Amino acid sequence: MTDSPKTGFKAGKTALKLVLAAVAMFGFGFALVPLYDVFCEFTGINGKITGPVERVEQWVDTSRTIKVQFITTNNAGMPWEFEALEEEIEVHPGAWTQVEFWALNPTQQDMVGQAVPSVSPSEATEYVQKTECFCFSQQTLAAGEGRKMPLIFALDPKLPPHIRTVTMSYTIFDAGAFAEK
Amino acid sequence: MTTATDQHDDHGHHGPAKGIMRWVLTTNHKDIGSMYLWFSFIMLFIGGTMALIVRSELFQPGMQLIEPEFFNQMTTMHGLIMVFGVIMPAFVGLANWMVPLMVGAPDMALPRMNNWSFWILPFAFGMLLFTLFTEAGAPNFGWTFYAPLSTTYAPSSVTFFIFGVHMMGISSIMGAINIIATILNLRAPGMTLMKMPLFVWTWLITAYLLIAVMPVLAGVVTMMLMDIHFGTSFFDAAGGGDPVLFQHVFWFFGHPEVYIMILPAFGIVSQIIPTFARKPLFGYASMVYATSSIAFLSFIVWAHHMFTVGLPLQTELFFMYATMLIAIPTGVKVFNWVSTMFRGSMTFETPMLFALAFVVLFTIGGFSGLMLAIAPADFQYHDTYFVVAHFHYVLVPGALFGIIAGVYYWLPKWTGHYYDEKLGKFHFWMSFIGVNVTFFPMHFVGLAGMPRRIPDYALQFADFNAIVTVGAFVFGFSQLILLYAVIKCIRGGEQASDEVWEGAEGLEWTLPSPTPYHTFAEAPEVK
Repeated sequence: MTDSPKTGFKAGKTALKLVLAAVAMFGFGFALVPLYDVFCEFTGINGKITGPVERVEQWVDTSRTIKVQFITTNNAGMPWEFEALEEEIEVHPGAWTQVEFWALNPTQQDMVGQAVPSVSPSEATEYVQKTECFCFSQQTLAAGEGRKMPLIFALDPKLPPHIRTVTMSYTIFDAGAFAEK
Repeated sequence: MTTATDQHDDHGHHGPAKGIMRWVLTTNHKDIGSMYLWFSFIMLFIGGTMALIVRSELFQPGMQLIEPEFFNQMTTMHGLIMVFGVIMPAFVGLANWMVPLMVGAPDMALPRMNNWSFWILPFAFGMLLFTLFTEAGAPNFGWTFYAPLSTTYAPSSVTFFIFGVHMMGISSIMGAINIIATILNLRAPGMTLMKMPLFVWTWLITAYLLIAVMPVLAGVVTMMLMDIHFGTSFFDAAGGGDPVLFQHVFWFFGHPEVYIMILPAFGIVSQIIPTFARKPLFGYASMVYATSSIAFLSFIVWAHHMFTVGLPLQTELFFMYATMLIAIPTGVKVFNWVSTMFRGSMTFETPMLFALAFVVLFTIGGFSGLMLAIAPADFQYHDTYFVVAHFHYVLVPGALFGIIAGVYYWLPKWTGHYYDEKLGKFHFWMSFIGVNVTFFPMHFVGLAGMPRRIPDYALQFADFNAIVTVGAFVFGFSQLILLYAVIKCIRGGEQASDEVWEGAEGLEWTLPSPTPYHTFAEAPEVK
């Protein structure tokens, strides 16, 4: 090459900066993972619920009733029986309510399940308060074992008035590969 | 801008080394540019064959020729090869050839890295292609490889796919670094940034996009690798991950990627149209700013690929409006090209024909893109053949026609011979007809509801699909004319003048045709 050493040096410096930029962007790709969770939590979109919350007795808005629906889904390949004992209830915002879910492991092996919650409309997510939910931890069921699992929740009285129905959906996953020991 | 000349040695006066090792060991930007172009040409025929297998199966409703699993492998491999193996390497090849000639540099800034970044590619694609012959079969989850289809439900060949993507990503990043280092450090004295030819400008911006997003792609496939083999759960909801996260990270890469595949074509067309209209490019500065705006906007529109995934209303609105905003700088470019031609003394040699077809057909693809940007309408269009029609209009008569136009435009400079103009025009018309017969009817079957990536379809789509398949074969086999025209031009033909084209402007046309093996050992003076 007929470059002077000076040009070669400058080009090398440019290249080094660009390599660092590429490495930084590789890191940024991974940083998107926590950023995504923070963003979802902050805005309440994606129906991701934080919890559990402290139970505080609050003003109950008896002037309106909200229809709360419970939907259960099995992720592909998850053999458990999993259902809400009540599919739909009516509650006043502010009132603490307990409902039960039923899970049964029909297989011959002990299994670990994890329910992943979601709320629709996503706008309602931040108004759902849960003190207890089977979805907060993994559930272990021995072979053939069935169990009632509780959910205690209230809707914040500040729930926007145009929301008349809140759907809470739970998808049960086989969490055997991720079992907490 | 010292491109340096004081220690002038003999090196510049002898030709290339002999034999196969010339190509393995070369650090010459022209050799590497040619290798990139031949590589992508070979890949074009491999990826094209896969497309024709897909089209053969879709010629009639029902399952005729291949198994559905193999159909999925073909659509996946076709997409991966065309995006990463054809369009991107072809642009890097053109950049290798032309950027040093256009800025008056003796070679690329980092010639050895240049050799490396090319030679990674055949191995990356060799690895990807050999999965076709394994028991598990090739990747079958679509070129967008959405998790969990590409993790939990993937064939075992997915690991080779992941390493292949890593390797081609490293190759692209090194290519981009080289191009930026060349443009920023090796310009001839007097070649200020705002005097650079538009092809150099668009490539500079593209290279920055590559450095920003190829590492994110590497990151997302690494997460897949960890989910598959190391028990993490980035995308597995059972372990606290989120499959939608995959789509966000993928499209954060994916949307800038589509501009990576079109901006250099904008540059090529901006070189060709002024030459054959015999007028300077209209609105040079606005072209530069429009390209930069498109590059910036490309980072904030990714979720328009995911309107149906369950985004909140505000998010849909934001991404819808941001996407529509891109039509403004793109419109500026289209109007500038049209204004360049206005009252020009136009002639219609093959490069100009391809450039004109680019302007018209890319604009059609742009308009269907605007339709898809409308979030409520997208629920109807999503995952139908309308989307297939849209992105093939921007990538085939867009990116690919841009590359072909560039090849015809610079071929006489590279080989020293004019190509056969009659053959070129024949190739153009066959391609132009073929491309439209192939992709235009897809709009209609898409709007009528035919889903993409499915090997069978309802009876009412049969006639249009038969037409599409005929068009695809016409278009595919027409590319053999290009192969023949290129080989014929390399072997001989009318001696090209130094200027090659009557209205051509720029440093590359001051060099002899064919270009000597070493050029601009003495930096030219740019006034």
